[in-house]
Amino acid sequence: MSTDLPVLSPKDFASDQEIRWCPRCGDYSILAQMKKVLPTLGIPKEKFVFVSGIGCSSRFPYYMDTYGFHSIHGRAPAIATGIKLAQPGQQVWVITGDGDALSIGGNHLMHAIRRNVDLKIILFNNQIYGLTKGQYSPTSPTGKRTKSTPMGSVDHPLNPLSVALGSEATFVARSVDVDIRHLTSVLERAAHHKGTAFVEVYQDCNVFNSGAFSFATDKKVKQDNIVYLEHGKPLTFANGKKGIRVNEGSRPEIVDLDGSVQEDDLLFHDEKVAEPSLAFMLARMRYPEFPEPMGIFRAIEKPTYDEEVNQQVEDAIAEKGEGDLEKLFNRGDTWEVK
Amino acid sequence: MSSTVDVPEAEQQGEGKKKETVETVVVRFCGDSGDGMQLVGTQMTNVSAVYGNDVSTLPDFPAEIRAPAGTLAGVSGYQLCFSNHDIFTPGDAVDTLVSMNPAALKTNIADLKRGGTLIVNEDAFDKSNVAKATYESNPLDDEDMLQPYRVHKVPMTRLTRDAVEGLGLSVREADRCKNFFALGLIYWLYERDATPTEEWVKAKFAKKPEIQEANLRALRAGYNFGFSTESFTVHYHVEPAQLPPGKYRKLTGNEATALGLITAAKLADRGLFYAGYPITPASDILHELSAHKNFSVKTFQAEDEIAAMSAAVGAAYAGQLSVTASSGPGICLKGEAMGLGMITELPMIIVNVQRGGPSTGLPTKTEQADLLLSMFGRNGESPLPIVAAQSPGDCFHAVQDAMNIAVNFMVPVVFLTDGYIANGAEPWRIPTQEELKPIEVTHQTEANGDGEYLPYKRDEKLSRPWAVPGTPGLEHRVGGIEKADVTGHVSYDPDNHEYMVKLRARKVAEIENFIPDQEVDGPDSGDVLVISWGGTYGAVRTAARELQSAGKSVSHAHLRFLNPFPKNLGDIISRFKQVLVPELNMGQLRMLLRDRYLVDAKGLNKIKGKPFLVSEVVEAIEKML
Repeated sequence: MSTDLPVLSPKDFASDQEIRWCPRCGDYSILAQMKKVLPTLGIPKEKFVFVSGIGCSSRFPYYMDTYGFHSIHGRAPAIATGIKLAQPGQQVWVITGDGDALSIGGNHLMHAIRRNVDLKIILFNNQIYGLTKGQYSPTSPTGKRTKSTPMGSVDHPLNPLSVALGSEATFVARSVDVDIRHLTSVLERAAHHKGTAFVEVYQDCNVFNSGAFSFATDKKVKQDNIVYLEHGKPLTFANGKKGIRVNEGSRPEIVDLDGSVQEDDLLFHDEKVAEPSLAFMLARMRYPEFPEPMGIFRAIEKPTYDEEVNQQVEDAIAEKGEGDLEKLFNRGDTWEVK
Repeated sequence: MSSTVDVPEAEQQGEGKKKETVETVVVRFCGDSGDGMQLVGTQMTNVSAVYGNDVSTLPDFPAEIRAPAGTLAGVSGYQLCFSNHDIFTPGDAVDTLVSMNPAALKTNIADLKRGGTLIVNEDAFDKSNVAKATYESNPLDDEDMLQPYRVHKVPMTRLTRDAVEGLGLSVREADRCKNFFALGLIYWLYERDATPTEEWVKAKFAKKPEIQEANLRALRAGYNFGFSTESFTVHYHVEPAQLPPGKYRKLTGNEATALGLITAAKLADRGLFYAGYPITPASDILHELSAHKNFSVKTFQAEDEIAAMSAAVGAAYAGQLSVTASSGPGICLKGEAMGLGMITELPMIIVNVQRGGPSTGLPTKTEQADLLLSMFGRNGESPLPIVAAQSPGDCFHAVQDAMNIAVNFMVPVVFLTDGYIANGAEPWRIPTQEELKPIEVTHQTEANGDGEYLPYKRDEKLSRPWAVPGTPGLEHRVGGIEKADVTGHVSYDPDNHEYMVKLRARKVAEIENFIPDQEVDGPDSGDVLVISWGGTYGAVRTAARELQSAGKSVSHAHLRFLNPFPKNLGDIISRFKQVLVPELNMGQLRMLLRDRYLVDAKGLNKIKGKPFLVSEVVEAIEKML
């Protein structure tokens, strides 16, 4: 007889709802990788909660046969915080998009991250408002022509990873929707992180912003345009022909590994360094000036908010004893009327 | 003094001092925000309550923490009424006014009765303060102005400095004790036992012995000043009140709300989750709850009002008794997430400690202008039950009623109080264990439909089951999109939408079968029915009783349940010739009553950031008789 948990497979996590994303939307791949990762975690199905806001990506919980909450625009991190504080035993995932997380919900995102609530926040960044049919988003590049910016956007975009790092995130990562193996490994790492795990996924909106990330997905060019981060390893790309070195001005630069520069001269990735400036520097490396880093930028340990909130309750009980109404009512000066 | 019951022969209480026994006294302390008026007011309330008087209080302070010293904007006041019988309000007019500076005199003198006692700190009436109060000359020299009152000009600053001399205090520290001098004087004037205050000072300043000693000395100096100086010839005795037997303590409305919530959670054997964002006048609920974590209370100070509401929705989904509290501006921000709680049909309480609006309005003043916001302040057809407390102590019971509705009907409930009852205090009879009504909460643990879980399958109350994340086999999704009946799946079907809108409305409407019938104070038919709700209870009840005693055909119905209304309310209304609805707004309940019962209800409406005076209500009723 075995007391092992039932072995789950991806299809155990599929709900009976018809998926209504546009054909070939990048969301399908993210959903598929999520269904692959969850059964590997050794966590029973009822222990997962998926919380989302509003937007195409936020339909995600309906397609997962777990507990789920499709909430209102931007508020998923706050709702998820309530769930996690109430039920610290649940593994809580937040599914959000660039508009949901960074525009209407920017405040909640920032505060969930700085508190280090044990949430896995997956931001599907497609640099466009898809559900409302094609307005520019807070991550759209300046000059972007959309329905609401016929002459081009004059907004400066946010860098999601910079926002997360600026909010003192303990786990920051980036992947791409169609890079299946990489995405799976990043989701897995996020699932195992204790505290807020913030993952940006480049996701193609093939209807309103098709090809926004082709530099990172097109097999012909992607090796030149992205660099995979591996803890303790040097940053190399272009099939090992190029690398990233930190120059005398403490800025990253691209170097050719043609013999004059050795791998040892390159920048070695350290995701565990307490100080976030390396992660921040990596987050600032943008295509086309640099290859964009993919992988885990930062993964450090810090007490989680939910843990500490619940600890205070336990400490209060240990110190004062389990709450007694009689005592509570009779606190302070009392008097008797006969 | 409202009435002098007996003036016994002069008793020797200090040389040549006379003692009079009176029924009810109204005292107001007023001074600069930095003068510690709220503190001495609270102490006076406490000793009066402990002595056994019924008490009712009205703290009145500016929104600015420290407006420039000495200015009219910086005046802070604390009024309390104490009595030998049951009282419902802090009193219309003041018997004794303690004024610590010219600005306080200017803003408060109009409320002092003719013949009332005025005690001023004459040391504060220097040129600069007189000018800051926009007096042209020192009002203490204006004999015409002071003529109607019994005036005591007391050099409180100097006497306090003398009293604390030798303790090594700075002038500033010494001057900060003068509120205790004033308090001591009032304790002598009304024969109060200072022991609870002395104990409080000792505990509060345990780590600062010189400050502790200074305040105790100032308190005694004030007391002795009354005792020995010739200026004061009379002092007053107020017998303890005949309240219902039991053990009492003093409680403010916000404290009572917090205690009620803790009690509800304990009775339901569930955790209490509270999310809030600091806002006047609701923050004290957060403060009180966060001090009682040993009751498995989790408090979350959120980044904003929206997050507080959202977290409360999340915690409700996760099975906790979930609460958020705010005031008008915060409730506006919560609106969308309240709608989410409504459509997902999760139980929670939204406390609105109403204050003067619109917008930032009058943050520290009271008003009742959020009733329609509670009724209609969300997009779409989104009715929520509304419960309103009537007095500080009643918050304890009313919030439990609200919780009972929430968990029985799986619905967010709006709980209304206001700045007046939230900050006001009164004696609260400590309930016995037997008096606490159990609150039953059931979490679904098994499939309820052919092996699957149907989250929107309803019971006879139209309430849906509450399955909590972590329960095996009941995995399900909820959300803000319209859901199909029974299954809860997303549905855009037109007939389903209309059906669901009506179903949710019917669920709320049928709560009328769950709540008690409306009671009427006075005959159940007659000339005038006065209908009120919330914190106006005290003034309206006192006014109605006064007229009833005078033989007038007046009855009073005070509503606790505002949505739905008690099901006998229409019947009651139909038995009276006229209906008067006094409210601290432009007529919000009146609008609802007129709509629902087609009754030509008249309004008495006051929007001054202040509660009703009893006389105002009496006058309005008399006009209709």
